[in-house]
Amino acid sequence: MLKDSDRIYQNLYGQQDWRLAAARARGDWDDTAAILARGRDALVEEMKASGMRGRGGAGFPTGMKWSFMPKESGGRPSYVVINADESEPGTCKDRDIIRNEPHKLIEGALIASFAMGAHKAFIYIRGEYYNEAQRLQAAIDEAYEAGLLGANAAGSGWDFDIVLQRGAGAYICGEESALLESLEGKKGMPRMKPPFPAAMGLYGCPTTVNNVETIAGVPTIMRRGAAWFAGLGRPKNAGTKIFCISGHVNNPCNVEEELGIPLKELIERHAGGVRGGWDNLHAVIPGGASMPVLNKTMADTQLMDFDSLAAVKSGLGSGAVIVMDKSADVVKAIWRLSKFFKHESCGQCTPCREGTGWMMRQMDRIVRNQATLADIHLLEQVTTQVAGHTICAFGEAASWPIQGLMRAFRPEVEARAADYRAPAPVAQAAE
Amino acid sequence: MSSIQADPTSFAFTDENMDLVKKAIAKYPEGRQMSAVKTLLDIAQRQMAAQTGSAWLPRAAMDKVAEILGVAPIRVYEMATFYTMYNLRPVGKYHLQVCTTTPCWLRGSDDIVAACKKAAGVADFGETSADGLFTLREVECLGACVNAPILQINDDYYEDLDASRVEGLLGDLKAGKPPPPAGSLGGRTSTAPASGQTTLLSAPGSAE
Repeated sequence: MLKDSDRIYQNLYGQQDWRLAAARARGDWDDTAAILARGRDALVEEMKASGMRGRGGAGFPTGMKWSFMPKESGGRPSYVVINADESEPGTCKDRDIIRNEPHKLIEGALIASFAMGAHKAFIYIRGEYYNEAQRLQAAIDEAYEAGLLGANAAGSGWDFDIVLQRGAGAYICGEESALLESLEGKKGMPRMKPPFPAAMGLYGCPTTVNNVETIAGVPTIMRRGAAWFAGLGRPKNAGTKIFCISGHVNNPCNVEEELGIPLKELIERHAGGVRGGWDNLHAVIPGGASMPVLNKTMADTQLMDFDSLAAVKSGLGSGAVIVMDKSADVVKAIWRLSKFFKHESCGQCTPCREGTGWMMRQMDRIVRNQATLADIHLLEQVTTQVAGHTICAFGEAASWPIQGLMRAFRPEVEARAADYRAPAPVAQAAE
Repeated sequence: MSSIQADPTSFAFTDENMDLVKKAIAKYPEGRQMSAVKTLLDIAQRQMAAQTGSAWLPRAAMDKVAEILGVAPIRVYEMATFYTMYNLRPVGKYHLQVCTTTPCWLRGSDDIVAACKKAAGVADFGETSADGLFTLREVECLGACVNAPILQINDDYYEDLDASRVEGLLGDLKAGKPPPPAGSLGGRTSTAPASGQTTLLSAPGSAE
């Protein structure tokens, strides 16, 4: 098990105070100027060497992303945008960082922004996190008062400002280009890429969007060194990760663990095990709503990192582990996710706008034993016409849970068709 | 989504809120004042709550925001109708927002919905109780899943719920008591396992 001393978030549960004095006692803001004095290139190289991959879901190498930012401004300012629009069902890790370790995020914002030549960072927090936004703003205000933000931030010679903006209820704003649209005061509709944000992002300026957990990990990586972080986890899957374990476990919780921890160990050691014991496990969604579900046989030996989960056609995503025991109707659980995606589609691309509703209704028929085998095959085929045919990855996010269900629980899905009950005929107008 | 409501026909920010509006706009670069639109709509909705007891946005408030930002009203209407947190019709004093997405559903959100309906006295989502106290709404994932099931009341999350906790909570609100502090009603204060922490057990400051 990961040693307590190797955990980045010593105050994950808010056992101690979140304010600046207590954060300093935990090591935050300790000679930040010296870190910046290493120079921009050195910090980007350190980030690359650490092996950090983005903690928001996609797992893109952070140091490489940082290196895409232009070295010369060309007259346009550069921006760092921090994605705190935590909305992937199952995920509630950034919330803990924001309310209990806000200074790790703020210090990380300064270091990351300096490394990318940005004098301003925007933090976009989901609107429902009202109390968390209040807390974060209070921490930002504290940092300004202490000279850690503003002109000559933390005595580094670098001027740096943070603006916190609240969202207003839209899952799609977690998609980075939709987030930029929303920051600019528009509907959260994803942009075509290219151009990528590093070339043309917020207000048409070079921008990098990073997740809260990615940025909040930066100060510790810079202090303890890339080798420390790279030494944790598994090759190409370095470091620690906050896992959110929800659903049918005895003790749902957040916990910071090493990447690559066996799923079974994660659940048994920290979440008190599956209700009724490991053998009562039915299904696990290992990385938030859009990641394909695993059956028990898969879960038995699964390791929790990006590449191990990709190898079984699922994904680590945001690290949200949703557990279902044998009392759960996994088909209905996935239908509920289809309903989520239907609700959250921004409506910009036809395959997604129309497809998410159609997939939800087809899933509903399966749940009600009103779908035939042919309907099931048709649904499967339609998911492939949505995924990959939209501007953003929402099409994949909406399709993968259904495809995963078909792979991992085919007999259970087909049993619904075998028990087919024709719906009562009703007169229905076309939608 | 429901259409925009035209009555009342006028809206003006209070002096205090006008200061907040100016501060919000000043956070963004020159010419990028539209970045403040969500904040301005939020200030307007909170003002409606303070003045009328109902947190919602009449068209007049959207028009005022458009006027301040110097944009066509449609630019504000499309924001108010795209994002779910703007209420386009009046809501009760307590806006009950039950999460029913899979992590909450697995932990019994159906019971929470039923308890809300029973205690608030409404038959379905979208309804406001006869006394004007409660509006019940189904929402998607609130992002507090290890403390599921969750009920958001106005700005606050209530976590680790069951039917009796919800009935007790709404009963207290009906009796005129102030809402309890936000957070778990199940006796824990964080996202640590309810049975006790499995990590971070060494003394504070002993790390490194």
